[in-house]
Amino acid sequence: MQKIKKISLKQIIEGFRKPEIVKAIADVLNDEAEKYSGELHIMEVCGGHTHIIAKYGLSQLMPKNIHFIHGPGCPVCIMPKERVDHAVILAEKEDTILVTLGDMMRVPGSKRSLQESRSHGADVRFVYSPLDTLKIAEENQNKKVIFFAIGFETTTPMTASLIQEVEKNNIKNILFHINHVTVPEPMEAVIQSKDSKIDAFIGPSHVSVIAGAKIYKPIVVTYKKPVVISGFEPVDIMQSTLMILKQFNEKRCKLEIEYSRGVSVEGNLKAQEMIKDCFDIAEKFRWRGIGDIPKSSLKLKEKYDYLNAEKIYDLPYEAIDDHKSCRCGDILMGKALPPECKVFGKACTPERPMGACMVSEEGACAAYYRYGRGLG
Amino acid sequence: MSKILLEHGTGAGKSAKLINDIFIKNLGNNILNQLEDASVFKAPQNMVMSTDSFTVKPIFFKGGDIGKLAIAGTCNDVAVMGAKPLYLSAAFIIEEGFLISDLEKIAISMKEELQKNQALIITGDTKVVPTGTADGIFINTTGVGEIVKPGISASAVKEDDVIIVSGTVGDHGSLIFASREGIDIKSELSSDCASLWPLIRKLVEEDIEIHSMRDATRGGLSAVLNEWAHQSNIGLYVHEEKIPLSDETRGICELLGFEPYHLACEGTFILAVKKEDAEKALEICKKDELGKNASVIGRAINEYNKKVILETGMGTKRVFETPSGLLLPRIC
Ligand code: SF4
Repeated sequence: MQKIKKISLKQIIEGFRKPEIVKAIADVLNDEAEKYSGELHIMEVCGGHTHIIAKYGLSQLMPKNIHFIHGPGCPVCIMPKERVDHAVILAEKEDTILVTLGDMMRVPGSKRSLQESRSHGADVRFVYSPLDTLKIAEENQNKKVIFFAIGFETTTPMTASLIQEVEKNNIKNILFHINHVTVPEPMEAVIQSKDSKIDAFIGPSHVSVIAGAKIYKPIVVTYKKPVVISGFEPVDIMQSTLMILKQFNEKRCKLEIEYSRGVSVEGNLKAQEMIKDCFDIAEKFRWRGIGDIPKSSLKLKEKYDYLNAEKIYDLPYEAIDDHKSCRCGDILMGKALPPECKVFGKACTPERPMGACMVSEEGACAAYYRYGRGLG
Repeated sequence: MSKILLEHGTGAGKSAKLINDIFIKNLGNNILNQLEDASVFKAPQNMVMSTDSFTVKPIFFKGGDIGKLAIAGTCNDVAVMGAKPLYLSAAFIIEEGFLISDLEKIAISMKEELQKNQALIITGDTKVVPTGTADGIFINTTGVGEIVKPGISASAVKEDDVIIVSGTVGDHGSLIFASREGIDIKSELSSDCASLWPLIRKLVEEDIEIHSMRDATRGGLSAVLNEWAHQSNIGLYVHEEKIPLSDETRGICELLGFEPYHLACEGTFILAVKKEDAEKALEICKKDELGKNASVIGRAINEYNKKVILETGMGTKRVFETPSGLLLPRIC
């Protein structure tokens, strides 16, 4: 039998962060960029990528004619205030426990965040895995436990498996408030928006592990924008940028997978099956900073109406916008960078965010605030 | 097994026995043993005083326990001011039902750590609270020390000063996080919790010109450097690859999504020394077991006022940010 050699986490991580490798790719990138006469605007869709670009200062290694546009891919940043308010309203109901993922705690609604609600006495808990909700419900039989579900395609299957458990075991005290959104639709929305500068996309790998690379095909086919699916290490992002640049130099427009360690074209079919069983595509979702995008989110299937907190409780849906000086919309379109917003770092900080991009550390404004303020 | 009862805190019979059997037995000395309402001691001229409360969870961890931390933590705060720790007070808040054998273990750790600092506990207090109103045991210690190297301050970093860290950063914080998250660490990682005075004494005796010195506890390395930059009105430039990290801390941070530079150290300190003294200071550290991983990580510059700039291994620069808004559990 072949012996499996043990490798440490350190070896794995360092392989993808090795300064020499990153620098070597940067050299190739610069040579390649000289062959390209125009400017290239690449949107990294996912907030995880935005964070890595800021943290490692990758823009500083980029050729002058390559620009990153920081995309809308952070599940809490895009949550409109009225939906955050739903979480707060539900959490503050009598005999209710609101369960959600940790990132949601600090997101400000129109009046307060869940964290503030909790300090006012509401029972709000965050879990690492949605299935942990089962235990909370079991221990609190006399209370309603509402799972406030957030996230892209990555977290949807976990919510689906919680729904299936609740149904199978006939659990009476768990309800759901669903805020699952999908990635390709906002990509289309930003391409279609007036004066959008986007030439190509770096696509998130973890979403693609589940949904498969196929979800980006329309972007490439219909809109003629290359997409490269990238992992989350500096080496991945550098390599993906190079792959995009090469496509332009070779006049190709393709869907390519840089992160071949985990992504396939079809994705995880079993997870996709589970999602189909539990959810339908909702007519539209209001994205904070962007506005209504048709067919960009999921809702519970009608057969689950009895589990659907949005059907059971009377919740307000009137749109609540961010402050009018907030330029998140422009940032997402590549028309402005965070420091160009006049309240950036002054009235708007991660502690007191005024707009979507400052909310979570994956938002563009938050990443600039944290790693780049004053570096120019 | 015997447990702490509410009566142990009443001041009468049982509590006198507890004080004798645990505290006097392990921590006793000429001053403490007099058991007066307040202790009498002679003070040299220039003193420092520091206080800290300890609520760490778990109470016993790899590399130490709350008792060791309560002595080392306060003595270190005194020592990094260039002062020799002399006398401490110790106050215990104990939850009813706490094991007496565990209390004794804690007292023994305290005794060992006091010896390293050649310091004494000269006054103390014990309170017992009903089950559910505290979490096991909380300890407060206050320490006083005699200044032997005056002028050390967070606002005294000067241009060209060299920044040295005495060892790996983030080990205490990452160990505590990992054990809370139930991550089974099959590795050598233990908390770096240690008394700094023995090494600091050597630096002082060799007359190293130390401008600033801090133990990197809460907020870790980045909090200390940012505070210095602010208070000293200066820029600090740090090379990321030079910051010593243990493989274990790096791995845990990767798993849990933390920055090692934000995590607490309990046995690592940071120095800003005059450029000309840097080499000697590094050598003194490296010769000592506690400082064997010491490293020069950066310098103070006349640019980027009040900011700390981190140069990554890739040659890019970014702001060396302070931790913000984390839901930090109790680590000390
Ligand atoms: S700094 Fe704040 S207000 Fe300005 S664009 Fe960013 S999130 Fe919006």
